[in-house]
Amino acid sequence: MKFISEFRRPELAEGLISQIHRESKTPVRFMEFCGGHTVTIFRYGIRQVLPPTIDMVSGPGCPICVTANVDLDKAIALSQISDVIVATFGDMLKVPGSRSSLQEVKADGADVHMVYSTMDALRIAEDNPAKSVVFLGIGFETTAPTIAASILQAGEKGIRNYYVLSLHKLCPPVLRAILDSGEVKLHGLICPGHVSTIIGSHPWEFIARDYGIPCVVSGFEPLDILQCVDMLVAQVENNESRVEIAYRRGVRPEGNQQALKLMERVFEPCSAEWRGIGEVPDSGLRLRKEYQHFDAELAFDIEPGPTYEPVGCICGDILRGVKTPADCQLFGKACTPEHPVGPCMVSSEGSCSAYYLYGGGF
Amino acid sequence: MKDKILLAHGSGGKLAHELVERSFVKAFDNPLLAKLDDSAVFDFSGRLAFTTDSYVVSPIFFPGGDIGKLAVCGTVNDLAMSGAKPLYLSLSFIIEEGLPQSELSEIVVSVQKAAQEAGVEIVTGDTKVVHRGSADKLFVNTAGVGMISEGVDISGGNARPGDKVLLSGTIGDHGIAVLSQREGLSFSTQLESDCAPLWSLVAEMLSASPNIHCLRDPTRGGLATSLNELAKRSKVSIRIEEEKIPVREEVLAACEMLGFDPLYVANEGKLVAIVPDEDVDKILKAMRENRDGKDAVIIGEVRAEHPGRVVMKTCLGASRIVDMLAGDLLPRIC
Repeated sequence: MKFISEFRRPELAEGLISQIHRESKTPVRFMEFCGGHTVTIFRYGIRQVLPPTIDMVSGPGCPICVTANVDLDKAIALSQISDVIVATFGDMLKVPGSRSSLQEVKADGADVHMVYSTMDALRIAEDNPAKSVVFLGIGFETTAPTIAASILQAGEKGIRNYYVLSLHKLCPPVLRAILDSGEVKLHGLICPGHVSTIIGSHPWEFIARDYGIPCVVSGFEPLDILQCVDMLVAQVENNESRVEIAYRRGVRPEGNQQALKLMERVFEPCSAEWRGIGEVPDSGLRLRKEYQHFDAELAFDIEPGPTYEPVGCICGDILRGVKTPADCQLFGKACTPEHPVGPCMVSSEGSCSAYYLYGGGF
Repeated sequence: MKDKILLAHGSGGKLAHELVERSFVKAFDNPLLAKLDDSAVFDFSGRLAFTTDSYVVSPIFFPGGDIGKLAVCGTVNDLAMSGAKPLYLSLSFIIEEGLPQSELSEIVVSVQKAAQEAGVEIVTGDTKVVHRGSADKLFVNTAGVGMISEGVDISGGNARPGDKVLLSGTIGDHGIAVLSQREGLSFSTQLESDCAPLWSLVAEMLSASPNIHCLRDPTRGGLATSLNELAKRSKVSIRIEEEKIPVREEVLAACEMLGFDPLYVANEGKLVAIVPDEDVDKILKAMRENRDGKDAVIIGEVRAEHPGRVVMKTCLGASRIVDMLAGDLLPRIC
């Protein structure tokens, strides 16, 4: 089986689209939580092919976008400490903090390495024993287990110059916060695919149960999203709310137990600051006591300075699903992928970037 | 140390002469170069095309080619995209000290083979050796001259509403083949770079019809960037269909894994042509008869509305903008 082209077949898409048009009667608003889904939706023009009864809104599922400015400033401050190498996934480089970005401080001589995997960061630490390597632990439940594994491996190998700045975020708690705020009324949720590969579909049950909102876990190909929308429409029309999986090739209800165990062994939940959403209890991860010597926040004297938010940027409102990039005065003018003001324009999974690249001005 | 390139190889002294005469003059055997004068001197009449490009690909050897082959094909293709028959190339090496001589020899052989295949002669050149860390193994610059036949007028500003857009084959092969070898990213693939000189393909297209309006080889920035350049230069819009664009399954898979869109991934042996509707059938036929155009397809058409825009009909039947590449999505690949 071909796992990509099979999920982009026009004739199958056509069938699903007409089925959705036939079945959808009630006006609804569905949120795709995940930035990867936002990209698929824009890249294939999915909003255009859905009936007018279905309104789609993007959620906060872009780890780069939800990283608070204060945390970006910390990462930049770490890069200014002598003999510190900051290792990070590429998307983080361009995100503007209060005064600068990692890309800019790198050009000024800071030792910032872009890595493709956490294990590369660990290797940099092994290769540079005289320096301290700080990995920026950005991401949701998807990346946290790999970072946990790198910490365990560093422990086993006795690598003492490897640190993690843990800025991880957990998805279910922030969804609860968004739903509790009552700012946005939702009738269905497209649950993240990769996050659910790790945590399974059970952690979404509370949304269907407590808030009466249908939930379907989706994959990232256009047919995955269409099938997911079709399943959400069926639940709405039948007055049901439960959690279903439309991404069986990637997700089991119980998730990936091994990855979860790794994560739980190294990290424990803590309160976390989300851009635009604020502090959400139990929505972050910090290193457990026995692994605290890997914690960059404890190991270094970080002085990030005062935090400023960019004037006029509405990334926060966009992340909560309250506004869209089209509502932003800066969008496409002062803020473009080449000259981003806010993180949603920088990250490849950001809503503003997806609007701009695939639909801007059209 | 004998098998390594030393700073002295670029000093202009004995070692430098030895390198030039034993390696380069012998490999590129032609009377213009053999004179070893300060310039190559040749007669010429008619319209001339002149181009230059530098090559800094990393790694210097990759599946389907190396930096030497790339340096010949890239410049030959730039000439061909103006409808010029490539004649003469210059070749300059900037070598990081310590490069194994065997690797340099292998690249020289590769340059010679590619030049022979493309029907061009290397008639002048230069070698510099720099301190370790001042270059990454080997940088190559080539410049080239070519001749344009009477009646041929190919330019990025010539696309007209109603024209058809042709693509010579699958996209993304080069970029993904090079990335697959990158340290820290290596993944296993059967994929090879499509690196190839395209003059024979262009010559056959021109003999089918000299009325080709635009030609581009979608290298860095990929097909999306080339089409955007053409739409902007010609003040027209280009509408393409996703389903028509050939992409290998391996390239699709690698792109999904790395978060790339094949439309932005580099090619080194493909071209996109904009041709008048009335000539499209005979040009397409000529392309398909050539080795480098056997998978050629019509991928879209030129329109008057929304000048400067490239719009794609997606596999779901919806439309979306195809923008230029913003920033540097990819590491060095050419």
